[in-house]
Amino acid sequence: MPVITYRDALNAALREEMQRDDRVFLMGEEVAVYQGAYKVSKGLLQEFGEMRVVDTPITELGFAGVGVGAAMVGLRPVIEFMTWNFALLALDQVVNAAAKMLYMSGGQYHIPIVFRGPNGAALQLSAQHSQAWDSWLAHIPGLKVVSPGTPYDAKGLLKSAIRDDNPVIMLEGEMMYNWKGEVPDEEYVVPIGKADIKREGDHCTIVTYGKLVTLGLQVADTLAKEGIRVEVVDLRTIRPLDVEAVQASVRKTNRCVVLEEGWEFCGVGAQVVDYVQRDCFDDLDAPVVRVHQADVPMPYAKNLEKHAKPDLPKTIAAVKKVMYLEG
Amino acid sequence: MAKKKPDPKTELALGDTDAATRRTILRSMLLQRRFEERCAEAYALGRIGGFCHLYIGQEATGTGVISMLRPDDYVITTYRDHGQAIARGISPRAVMAELFGRSDGCARGKGGSMHLFDRNTNFLGGHGIVGGHVPLATGVGFAIKYRGGDQVCVCFMGESVVNTGAFHEALNMAGLWKLPVIYVIENNRYGMGTSLERASAIHDIYQRGAAYDMPRGVLDGQDVLAVRTGMAEALHRARTESMPTLLEIRTYRFMGHSMSDAVSGTYRTKAELDEYMQRDPITVLKLHMEAAGEIDDAGMATIDDEVKLEVQDAWDFAEASPEPALESLYEDVLVETTT
Repeated sequence: MPVITYRDALNAALREEMQRDDRVFLMGEEVAVYQGAYKVSKGLLQEFGEMRVVDTPITELGFAGVGVGAAMVGLRPVIEFMTWNFALLALDQVVNAAAKMLYMSGGQYHIPIVFRGPNGAALQLSAQHSQAWDSWLAHIPGLKVVSPGTPYDAKGLLKSAIRDDNPVIMLEGEMMYNWKGEVPDEEYVVPIGKADIKREGDHCTIVTYGKLVTLGLQVADTLAKEGIRVEVVDLRTIRPLDVEAVQASVRKTNRCVVLEEGWEFCGVGAQVVDYVQRDCFDDLDAPVVRVHQADVPMPYAKNLEKHAKPDLPKTIAAVKKVMYLEG
Repeated sequence: MAKKKPDPKTELALGDTDAATRRTILRSMLLQRRFEERCAEAYALGRIGGFCHLYIGQEATGTGVISMLRPDDYVITTYRDHGQAIARGISPRAVMAELFGRSDGCARGKGGSMHLFDRNTNFLGGHGIVGGHVPLATGVGFAIKYRGGDQVCVCFMGESVVNTGAFHEALNMAGLWKLPVIYVIENNRYGMGTSLERASAIHDIYQRGAAYDMPRGVLDGQDVLAVRTGMAEALHRARTESMPTLLEIRTYRFMGHSMSDAVSGTYRTKAELDEYMQRDPITVLKLHMEAAGEIDDAGMATIDDEVKLEVQDAWDFAEASPEPALESLYEDVLVETTT
């Protein structure tokens, strides 16, 4: 199977869906002439022209709303945010317009739109460029939120997102665009709302998604050397969350660690813990432990940033804690 | 219009209003007036809840603009949307049922006063966040151009919108990309209780269009015929040149900001209100028509009786309409994907 980057997987998804449906267009900052701030849209302007690959001014609120308006009357926009950190300015359009339009119009106006871009921290970008927006966005009824952790899932989920008749949020990562993985040439989609067991194991479940799937697998590899068999459940979609997959794994392992990029308070992990406690209470051999960013704005200094982020030692410690192996 | 001279022949052909049209417009404006008066009553009786912003005094603006549109054009507006919804052709029954929170409402009781929608008439909603819908209108204009059509999107807003970032961002892109959107500022002089002069650095707010190289103009919002004439030029430019226009239409709100707010008091005087009410848009049109021998007091009374009956029918319909089924609470959050 061909091995390609996460970036090229997204590019292939966009190209294929734009070839398939002429209502699909890509809009955002630097997506056209510049070929994409992270080159996700490389070559698309040349193939599809300036009406379908549209450079915008730096105006997140404005072009997010342009996308929603176009979707109201039948187009299928893909709105690229250079980073979700800038999309805070656009949240009125994402939340008040895209997510609520179907409901407040009594079912008359659905919004088939994708908002996508890198999310969370990269390296030493400091406080305003390092936030994970997962829980903010997943909080909103009317949105679907996907967060693929591999090139295969990135391509398959973006294709599903573009074909979906609802607003879909896609969370990527600056550090992920160069990651490589196997992606078949033939057509496929990854369904929204389905988790994937990235590693099977029966001692402890790690529930994670997006950028941290790779960390979860590193933890599993490391602990395998100590004879600990970790199961890695990749949610892939945060909303609607595949509760059954999480619960089935916890029922098998009886122990659970939730690993996420964002802050602890009201995080996605808190919701996962609730789904576990409400239906798997008697299956648990230990309280669920969460691994997350330190409860501070992201610092610049390399050592402080590293200290703030979830990492291998913290996650290994969490697994050992739920297995009563610490110390 | 400050930017471009219209073709007088085009303006005449599109904007000149014949006697039958004047009568239709008069009836529509009177229908809106009586409808809103009954809304005030229904609000006091608790039939209508939440926020309720009435259109009384501003009828010529919406009616003049909308009466110039084709059925396949688009209208998007703010939370002060009852009058425009009726002007666009949503039945008073469906609007009143929506205000009463009933299942036969034009948004099935999910939207209420601030969120009237109707796909059949391309009425893209009343929207509740000041300025938030202006980028949507730019997006509708983008879609029209994308498909190569000659439709137009009209975006209504109050004058307080021009101070929001969304307005600036949306108009900049419409000017940059030359999109067929007519941005209609209904300048009723007050954003809730803050006068234009206390909110905007410039007071001739149509001049904001200069920042976006956008054709622009100011119209008398109490004279529906003047509104139509100004719209004709903007429509021509949108349909034939795919160019946006910023129209400031000067009008006045005869009621408080919403049903919960004072009509006058700390922010405007009773004397000012009385002065503006001398130019009631319905009276202004009636005077035009009287001068042309098209209507007299008896004729006016006949129309008034008709529209009062129509509003009573809407009330009765709304009251008889069932409340939404409880199961509908969870409907319309997401749509099943068909593609």
